[in-house]
Amino acid sequence: MSGPFRFQNAGRTLQKELLSQWYGELSSANEEGVPVAYLFISGNVAELLRAFDFRLGYPEVNSLQCGIKKAAGPFILKAEDAGYSSDVCGYVKNDLGLLASGGKAPFGNLPRPDLLLCTYSGCTTYVKWFEALAEATGAPLVFLDVPYHRDPDAFASDRAYVVSQLEELIGVCEKITGKKFDETKLRGILDRSRRAEEAWTRILESARRRPSPFDAFFEAVFFMAPLYVLRGTEACVRFYETALAEIEERIAHGIGPLPEERFRVVVEGPPPWPHFRAFGELFRRWGVCAVASTYSKVGGLFDQGVRHDPDRPLESIAEHAIHCYTNWNLGLRRDLLERYVRDYSADALVIHSVKSCRSFSVGQADAREAFSHEKGIPTLFLESDLADPRYFSEAQMRNRIDAFFEALTHRRLAGAGAGGKP
Amino acid sequence: MIVAGVDVGSTATKAILLDGNRRILGRGLAPTGANVVRAAERVFREALRGTGFEEWDVAYTVGTGYGRFKVPFGDAQVTEIGCHARGACFLFPGTRTILDMGGQDTKAIRVGPEGEVLEFCMNDKCAAGTGRFLEAAAGVLGLPLADLGEVAARSRSPLRITNVCTVFVESEIVSHLARGSAPEDILAGVHLAIAGRSIALLRRVGIVPEVTFTGGVSRNAAMVRALGEKLGLRLNVGEDSPFIGAAGAALFALDRAAAGLPRREKSAPAGTEKS
Repeated sequence: MSGPFRFQNAGRTLQKELLSQWYGELSSANEEGVPVAYLFISGNVAELLRAFDFRLGYPEVNSLQCGIKKAAGPFILKAEDAGYSSDVCGYVKNDLGLLASGGKAPFGNLPRPDLLLCTYSGCTTYVKWFEALAEATGAPLVFLDVPYHRDPDAFASDRAYVVSQLEELIGVCEKITGKKFDETKLRGILDRSRRAEEAWTRILESARRRPSPFDAFFEAVFFMAPLYVLRGTEACVRFYETALAEIEERIAHGIGPLPEERFRVVVEGPPPWPHFRAFGELFRRWGVCAVASTYSKVGGLFDQGVRHDPDRPLESIAEHAIHCYTNWNLGLRRDLLERYVRDYSADALVIHSVKSCRSFSVGQADAREAFSHEKGIPTLFLESDLADPRYFSEAQMRNRIDAFFEALTHRRLAGAGAGGKP
Repeated sequence: MIVAGVDVGSTATKAILLDGNRRILGRGLAPTGANVVRAAERVFREALRGTGFEEWDVAYTVGTGYGRFKVPFGDAQVTEIGCHARGACFLFPGTRTILDMGGQDTKAIRVGPEGEVLEFCMNDKCAAGTGRFLEAAAGVLGLPLADLGEVAARSRSPLRITNVCTVFVESEIVSHLARGSAPEDILAGVHLAIAGRSIALLRRVGIVPEVTFTGGVSRNAAMVRALGEKLGLRLNVGEDSPFIGAAGAALFALDRAAAGLPRREKSAPAGTEKS
């Protein structure tokens, strides 16, 4: 659009372009003879692998993309045919079903990996996922054991433990690629990561404004993608500078993602990818803007001060690996949610509990109790799945969402009658 | 002025007609069946019958229940959670907690003194602990649904029903019958199993007396007793309990008609008007 909005949709447009370019480069990696590493999103060590010129693939993103493109169902069934139970994580079944179907995804062909680096050990199902990938592809499998973040006093020794593993990993990468570790190159990559993280944090924090210029869940899930798959590249920095310009333009015009912001919520949990649009619409019709979310922190808690640092290469990589949302213990997560509700002036907390992901759903029922009963924060509890399209029932979902915002509306009107703010 | 509330549930559709003084003028009840629109129209006409009013006399209609958007003559929609809260406090003003047991849904709702929803919880994608569970049992035992409560009341030693699945409970009942257990003991066990699940749901919102029991299953005396015994308190239940959702919808209709709100506000969800 011309006129005063120079950056309208600039973020989404560039994001789509960069992701399709990334998948293209990944699809052709084997033919080009470039080494490929697979790793997880949560707290990954992409920078270190990039220093050895690995192209990086993310099995979780394969499943996410199948989900949002409504292609997950047949792959999940394929994995169930092979014997995976209906209770196994939908992401795992989707990716393994895709591999068993020849690796031809709707977004490109999955390359054969030269290294499988399991970077998230907080979920045992994920450990099994990479073992299954190793069995299917024959690629070497390396585990990074990242301790759960539980006690600030234990942090220094936890970080040292992760750093010692990174030093071992350097040897593995040198052997696979035949390249010598180049610390100067790593520092350059870390500097680019840091610049993208700075801009991303400013975007996240813009949601403190009223109206929020940015939806920290329904938009954030797209805006966070380049940070997760391209961190450390110049393209990633360019993306966040563009996205920040788009948000600053919205701020300058006093607009947000909705025609009218009526409710501000904090969202806990991942989205239901196969029904993402329908799910979002159920909130939009009530004028609900997500001002903070936890899903946008699965790849790193940058808004809590986590930064890659060229002056402390391995230490800062280890810190990032430890400080991703699902690697925090339940008490720290609950405190974070409470801070989000307060700092972002939210009216309510929305918990989307997914069957697939125990790393998220553990403790959510208790969080609901604590927030609604002890802290007096209205809490909506919804259940479906992040990957399996069979666990979403729109009529039931809509009933809960409508009833919740009906009640909030009535409470607000009653408060207005008693002299409170409408 | 007269207004209407139409509650299109998964199993039954209900209508209530109110006058401007909140007096109930008429009621309608029919199975929802496959044609939601026809069921809504049928109960609406049934509620009007004998009142001396015609369809065009109705100043405002609010639809509720799963089929609320399918009520062709509805002016606005409110969820059944909001409507049960409102209706229960209208019929039983001391209500602070509601258990609504319908055909496929069981809901626990905690309300404030004005019938405003404070908190709610629902069963998820599973019909165990709802009216459907009773229907499954009635089917296997070859009993009419309306007789279940009476038969169960004759039991002297209720069996323990372990199944938590509406589908698999049928085979459990068959195996009890094969072992020679009496139908009344099996049924009493089914009632206790459902009561237990519902009370777990109630605990999640907090049980504050008075507790009002609504929905189609509230007409089942054995269920009322099973719940009352397990909770250790008397439940509010009456002739109009199955109509409580429709009554709540009619009360919302009355508010909107009195406030002069425009009819047929199909584009915006109910309750989103600006004050």
